[in-house]
Amino acid sequence: MLRLLEIEYLKLRYSRSAKILVLTYFILITFIALIASIEFNLGEINFRVADQGIFNFPYIWHFNSYIAALLKLFLAIVIVSMMSNEYSNRTLKQNLIDGLSKKEFIASKFLTVTVFSLISTLFLFIVSMILGLSFSDFNEAAIIFSDMEYMIAYFVKLTGFFAFCMFLGILIKRSAFALGFLFIWWILESIVYGVLKWKVFRDSEIADNIARFFPLESMSNLIKEPFSRLSAVQTAATQLGSEFEKDYGIHWDQLLIVILWTAIFVFLSYSLLKKRDL
Amino acid sequence: METILSLKDLTKKYGALTAVDNLSFAIKKGNVYGILGPNGSGKSTTLGMVLNVVNKTSGEFAWFSGNMDTHEALKKVGAIIEHPNFYPYMTAAQNLALVCKIKDVPKDKIDEKLEIVGLLDRKDSKFRTFSLGMKQRLAIASALLNDPKILILDEPTNGLDPQGIHQIREIIRKIAAGGTTILLASHLLDEVEKVCSHVVIIRNGKKLYSGPVDAINASHGFFELQAKNMQLLQELLIAHPGIDKVSEKESIVTAILKEPMDAETINEYLFEKGLSLSYLVKRKESLEEQFLQLTNQTPTA
Repeated sequence: MLRLLEIEYLKLRYSRSAKILVLTYFILITFIALIASIEFNLGEINFRVADQGIFNFPYIWHFNSYIAALLKLFLAIVIVSMMSNEYSNRTLKQNLIDGLSKKEFIASKFLTVTVFSLISTLFLFIVSMILGLSFSDFNEAAIIFSDMEYMIAYFVKLTGFFAFCMFLGILIKRSAFALGFLFIWWILESIVYGVLKWKVFRDSEIADNIARFFPLESMSNLIKEPFSRLSAVQTAATQLGSEFEKDYGIHWDQLLIVILWTAIFVFLSYSLLKKRDL
Repeated sequence: METILSLKDLTKKYGALTAVDNLSFAIKKGNVYGILGPNGSGKSTTLGMVLNVVNKTSGEFAWFSGNMDTHEALKKVGAIIEHPNFYPYMTAAQNLALVCKIKDVPKDKIDEKLEIVGLLDRKDSKFRTFSLGMKQRLAIASALLNDPKILILDEPTNGLDPQGIHQIREIIRKIAAGGTTILLASHLLDEVEKVCSHVVIIRNGKKLYSGPVDAINASHGFFELQAKNMQLLQELLIAHPGIDKVSEKESIVTAILKEPMDAETINEYLFEKGLSLSYLVKRKESLEEQFLQLTNQTPTA
């Protein structure tokens, strides 16, 4: 296993574009901290975002995992191109001739995907911890380490998304087209959902229940938007007379769906590669 | 002698097209083999199948003793197919280090192998800055990293300038002299003739000949003859037991021999039958003529 990771590491280490993208990704995650410094001075009202409770434990786990997940596209580019470049440089063929099996090839790529997700999760954990310890109103260990399931969900979400990218890279063999296809897939999911929701199953929950099994939808469902959960927003809403009844939690069945998709994408990548003549 | 690779009825079909048709042959240790065939005859597909990149349709192949996974066996093989394929953004040495990792061999042979192909001074240049000849030589160095039991080269001189071709052939000769088994696929006859001891000739995916290169050279040659009465000449030649085939082209009769025969013998024979020749030459076919003859005839003919 270590050998497979080393192989992938050697391939990525010398690629300048991969290095720049990975670096950009991690720098952008740290930029979440910059939100803290956003201040509005509207005459009498002095509004500082950091004071609105977004960095309070345990809410920060939710908020940061949601924001950081938006940046995953940067790593997605690296992953799609690390798959499709093997085709365009014909190095996949040479790797196999040199004695790597097709199974090992997929394993090395998926291991890399998992390691990327793991590092990103750890990194996010550290950034959130530092931000939380600096700005949170509560600093008791029990509160700090509650809601850790957001970190697990973040890891599963990233792994699932990157496994999808890996599969697209192998399927389409060209990085630009694979990314384009990812975008088209996203639109397709929305269209199918829209048709189900507004035409087929009007005024019922069935459309939502089907859509939550779509790959991208299931990933985005893992961590729901955190903004309406903010106490400031909640208070405002209550004053305006509307109540939020929303479940922000992480659900094991949602995790299971994403894990299942991950397995499907890895399996499809392997069977596709096995079937192809290079 | 130890068998390194054996093929049995190996077949590859692309839809209706049969690229490789029931091909069988064996590679023994210590020889230099050539797979000879025109472009599109199935050489690369055959190599692709035994190298794990093309899926076979039917048949069998076995590496070494045959009780090893193909990808494990390939770690003991050195092979280059068509283009040299490396990571363009990595240097020669970095690319070779990666190959070492894949083949599970230590990295200490990189410099030694770069020296063999004359690229040691360019080891820290990026692969994309290399000329085609240098890329091909780097590919050979890479194939040698594990001191392979067999070196497989597919059209190694394709697209190179004469100097590049010469360099590659010198390298191959050097490696062959060291006792490494080599399998060389080529559509160039003189390449196979110059480098190989054994040859497998294929056309349209079918095997036409396999055996030592000398043996195809050792045909008995042919006569070119001319006489006033061409009709009688042909009849007499066909009647002679030592003559295999007779054909006429541009008023010259060609008679291919079944057994060794002197020009004098045929001259005496014809004279006794009352025919005097105006022209008689005995020729030995070049490998090229035989190759063309082999590849142009249908296997059933």
